[in-house]
Amino acid sequence: MKNLQEINKIREEKRKELDLRVNTQADTREKHILVCHGTGCTSSKSPEILNNFRKILEEKNITNVRVIMTGCFGLCAKGPIVIIRPEDTFYSNVTPNDCEEIIQTHIIEGKKVERLLCKDIDGSVVNSLDELNFYKKQKRIALKNCGVINPECIDEYIAFDGYKALEKVLKEMTPDQVIEEIKASGLRGRGGAGFPTGKKWELTRSYKSEQKYVVCNADEGDPGAFMDRSILEGDPHSVIEAMVIAGYAIGANKGYIYVRAEYPIAVKRLEIAIKQAKEYGILGNNIFETAFSFDIEIRLGAGAFVCGEETALLESIEGKRGQPRVKPPYPAESGLWGKPTLINNVETFANITRILLNGAEWYSSIGTETSNGTKVFALGGNVNNIGLVEVPMGTTLREIVFDIGGGIPNGRQFKAAQTGGPSGGCIPVEHLDTPIDYESLKTIGSMMGSGGLIVMDDTKCMVCLAKFYLEFTVSESCGKCTPCRIGTKRMLEILEKLCSGEGSEYDIYKLEKLAVNIQKSSICGLGQSAPNPVISTLKYFREEFRQHAIEKECKTLECKALSNITIDPEKCKGCGLCQKHCPVNAIEGQGREKRVINQEKCIKCGTCLTNCPFHAIGN
Amino acid sequence: MVTLTIDGIEVKAPEGSTILEAAKIAGIDIPTLCFLKDINEVGDCRMCIVEVEGRRGFATSCIQKVEEGMVVHTHTPNVLEARHVILDLIISNHAKDCLTCTRSGNCELQSLAVKFNVLNVEFPGEMTKHKIDDLSPSIVRDFNKCILCRRCVAACKNVQKIGAIDCINRGFESCISTVGDHSLNDVNCTNCGQCIQACPTGALHEKETIDDVWVKLKDPDKYVVVQTAPSVRVALGEEFGMPIGTNVTGKMVTALKRLGFDKVFDTNTGADFTIMEEATEFIERVQEKGVLPMITSCSPGWVKYIEMNYPELLPHLSSCKSPHQMFGALIKSYFAQKEGIDPNKIYMVSVMPCIAKKFERQRAEMKVNGIDDVDNVITTRELARMIKQANIEFTELEDSQFDNPMGEATGAAAIFGTTGGVMEAALRTAQDILTCQDLPKIDFEAVRGGDGIKRATVNIAGNDIKVVAASGLANAQKIMEEIKSGKADYQFVEIMACPGGCIMGGGQPIKNSKIRREVDVRKLRADALYTIDEKSKIRKSHENPILQKIYKDFLGRPGGKKAHELLHTSYGERPKYKI
Repeated sequence: MKNLQEINKIREEKRKELDLRVNTQADTREKHILVCHGTGCTSSKSPEILNNFRKILEEKNITNVRVIMTGCFGLCAKGPIVIIRPEDTFYSNVTPNDCEEIIQTHIIEGKKVERLLCKDIDGSVVNSLDELNFYKKQKRIALKNCGVINPECIDEYIAFDGYKALEKVLKEMTPDQVIEEIKASGLRGRGGAGFPTGKKWELTRSYKSEQKYVVCNADEGDPGAFMDRSILEGDPHSVIEAMVIAGYAIGANKGYIYVRAEYPIAVKRLEIAIKQAKEYGILGNNIFETAFSFDIEIRLGAGAFVCGEETALLESIEGKRGQPRVKPPYPAESGLWGKPTLINNVETFANITRILLNGAEWYSSIGTETSNGTKVFALGGNVNNIGLVEVPMGTTLREIVFDIGGGIPNGRQFKAAQTGGPSGGCIPVEHLDTPIDYESLKTIGSMMGSGGLIVMDDTKCMVCLAKFYLEFTVSESCGKCTPCRIGTKRMLEILEKLCSGEGSEYDIYKLEKLAVNIQKSSICGLGQSAPNPVISTLKYFREEFRQHAIEKECKTLECKALSNITIDPEKCKGCGLCQKHCPVNAIEGQGREKRVINQEKCIKCGTCLTNCPFHAIGN
Repeated sequence: MVTLTIDGIEVKAPEGSTILEAAKIAGIDIPTLCFLKDINEVGDCRMCIVEVEGRRGFATSCIQKVEEGMVVHTHTPNVLEARHVILDLIISNHAKDCLTCTRSGNCELQSLAVKFNVLNVEFPGEMTKHKIDDLSPSIVRDFNKCILCRRCVAACKNVQKIGAIDCINRGFESCISTVGDHSLNDVNCTNCGQCIQACPTGALHEKETIDDVWVKLKDPDKYVVVQTAPSVRVALGEEFGMPIGTNVTGKMVTALKRLGFDKVFDTNTGADFTIMEEATEFIERVQEKGVLPMITSCSPGWVKYIEMNYPELLPHLSSCKSPHQMFGALIKSYFAQKEGIDPNKIYMVSVMPCIAKKFERQRAEMKVNGIDDVDNVITTRELARMIKQANIEFTELEDSQFDNPMGEATGAAAIFGTTGGVMEAALRTAQDILTCQDLPKIDFEAVRGGDGIKRATVNIAGNDIKVVAASGLANAQKIMEEIKSGKADYQFVEIMACPGGCIMGGGQPIKNSKIRREVDVRKLRADALYTIDEKSKIRKSHENPILQKIYKDFLGRPGGKKAHELLHTSYGERPKYKI
């Protein structure tokens, strides 16, 4: 147990010690080698890198250098990432074998290991993190501590204002004042739906009950999304602190974090964080010598996507089959075991302490009029800089994809971006300049969602895209309500027909009829939003659907049954490169003859297409 | 009261009412499918969706509560289209063999298809395929007809607190099954059949055994005897469109005779024997300080339940066989002997409101000298099917009487079919035996009525006796826990597995959810039994002359050696899972 004075002392001392983490001009002889320990870098051997560094330092008896594990830096495409502070040198794609050289050259000789320095999209070498275009338009609030602190060390969290917001709340604020502050900040739920957080807290507070609960929804399940995982892996205490504050605000003394079992690192760091918080008396009875008590337990999800839906999540915590309840009543009134329950997503919680420390006015000054603050996106797909980005609301899709994301690789064209995962929709090129916030995304037929952002280039078939998401929802439907259980299956079957050339225009009509009715009549968000990928692709790419249905043609190579690769004799120069690369010897012709594809042998892999220097091959 | 508007009609509904209930007040019908009042109120099927002004998406009328000023529209074009799509989707994954389905004509899905004029399936596609599970002697599960309404799950899990079945798998592959997807026969199912009563389609039905009855009726070497349980006569008429609770004893007997049974007897006679034996056993236990409370044993679902769940309490269970088993044993001994028929040639058919009786009949204990007491158990529904097969115009039939001499029975036996009835019948006899008088007190009102648990203290021969009658296995569980913890000071406990007793048994006519919502089926059937009792000339089992004669000529004294040989049995611990 630590009293407030002790905690403040830790903060003061530790902050001085860690100044080099955030200050390139820090007055110190120490160096910190930060090694990313997010899931991506961990699976590319970052723990081995960390151990190698430590071993080498010990062997060489270097004592002024510490090796620190951190959470995700964001630029996962370049992982494993090593950053050396205070000089802020950014090494990318580091392997365990590089450690020796880094220590020798960088630490001992004071030079940079040129070959490992990160390069930007244009090929320019960047010396520090801030020089990367990837970071220039970002604003890190929820991810503030990610990549800065060691997530397994509570003192490092405390050093960077950790648990200061909690102290302020418990010592200086009434629950109503806390709620007012959150309301004034304009923070909205980052799980996707965007319900005003302060209003949710106020509502949960308004229901009288001796027992209430705070639940953190960490059941992040959208394909390609890892925002919450990164926060939990990089800064678990920020979520814990926010949950305690939420408990104080709504009158709850018990919290649950519902996290996917597929996130073992996040779970481990949460467990460590909870244990440390208990040891410091930050969780438990009479926190900071006040009358307020709060405790947190972890509950592991078993892998069902639907358990990210708040009521299914509650059922799962209660030990029942994860399937949704009909709302109303909403959890604020009747949640966990029928008690008023506040459920917020990880990213929402991660904003709370920053709001309370910097003030609602500061927070609401960021973003757009209706959507304040920032949003974290997991940027993936056909984009150069795959990774985790946090941008102010109102940033345009173009800025994210081209400035931060570095554009589309292989010289291809941008075709669409998908936000909101299986619940969202696609955004076509004509909406690239839409500022990203809750309302405008909705207007153009997509949704914020939890933050998955998948970019697609012009080799992607939109009917296949819709099919992909339907496959996901069909396999993740819990089976409780009819429209979702059978309806999404029927939609998938129709999409499969279209992709295999067996569809008709009537199928498109049926698809739309199903979509509209499933949207309106399903019990929960999963079913209600399952048709969104179909509705939005139909909205922007109807012609592509029509081509599949009527002309039996897919302009991309994705629908094998509908694509026919041919060589334009006008453009073919008879170089034979296509023939050389064809894996099934389907290309005929000799010498400088113009080449012809034998359609019976062709497997439509597209290898010839990408290898033709004259763009003579097409679909 | 809450005031709201439904389809332009101002409705005042009690606070806490659902939109569905409020609509009913306004005379507006909203279709439902998964809804089963008080049992399954989950909003899964989505048929009952309506539009509520100011609310995104549709509201689920079967569970959503009315609010002051709410404006509801129950049949806008959008609602109608959505319902049509939902129904179409359900049908698209439902075996469409209505012509050969046991529930044809009494299927809630079929009714909706007719109502919605579904002439073709707009969204056909892959159908889930399931193997039929017919290993249980009582229940057949054909999930090719299951629509996943989960009414059966609720009946098993919430009403009976058994939880033998629940949803397994996810999404389109979801299906209702048992732990480990084993046969119902191998898990903790008690064979009560409340799941069948809950099922809106033909996915769950009794294991039909009428073919064998037809074969035996044709066989000149067989002497085919039928007996009918008390509850059958007050429900059978429903299968022919007669009002719920109509007593059709006379027509039923005529029909059975027309079907060709050699003798038509009354299980009530057997019930009178049960009372004699049970009352005697009870008195002995009280006087000889035996294990108390004594618990009745005539409900085979209940017996299987206690064997699986409370084997340590088995000494409390009366050793009496159930009435039809007793009666079967007497037919194959006393009657066979008296009539000079080889008992091996007798084919004993019991018509029961119960499907657990199909299981009970097969128990190894239910034999005397290697001969089964009963050879076939068919349900009320199956009897109705036989009558229809024989083209008998049931409603037009004249009345006739059970065959003598085994057809005589008392009013006490009639009320066996309802919760509290066995208790009341036993008390009538016990008080007379104990006081050696013919006491005028006949009605024990305290144990009547539809409550799941009815506790009473009755004064018998100057002694206060604490009794309790519980029906439904969830209530049985409560009483067992009381006994187990030593908190109970009852002397006599009556338990019936089905809520409301045998009249609501798993083999009785199936009432759709709308009828169950609007009519108290249990009360109507129970009232009919109490009326039979009231009108009976003899209302105490021990006064039944045939019973007196058989004890005198054949059995000796109640509870005696021969009576034990024929009319009593034993029980044993039974594993819940045979896996």
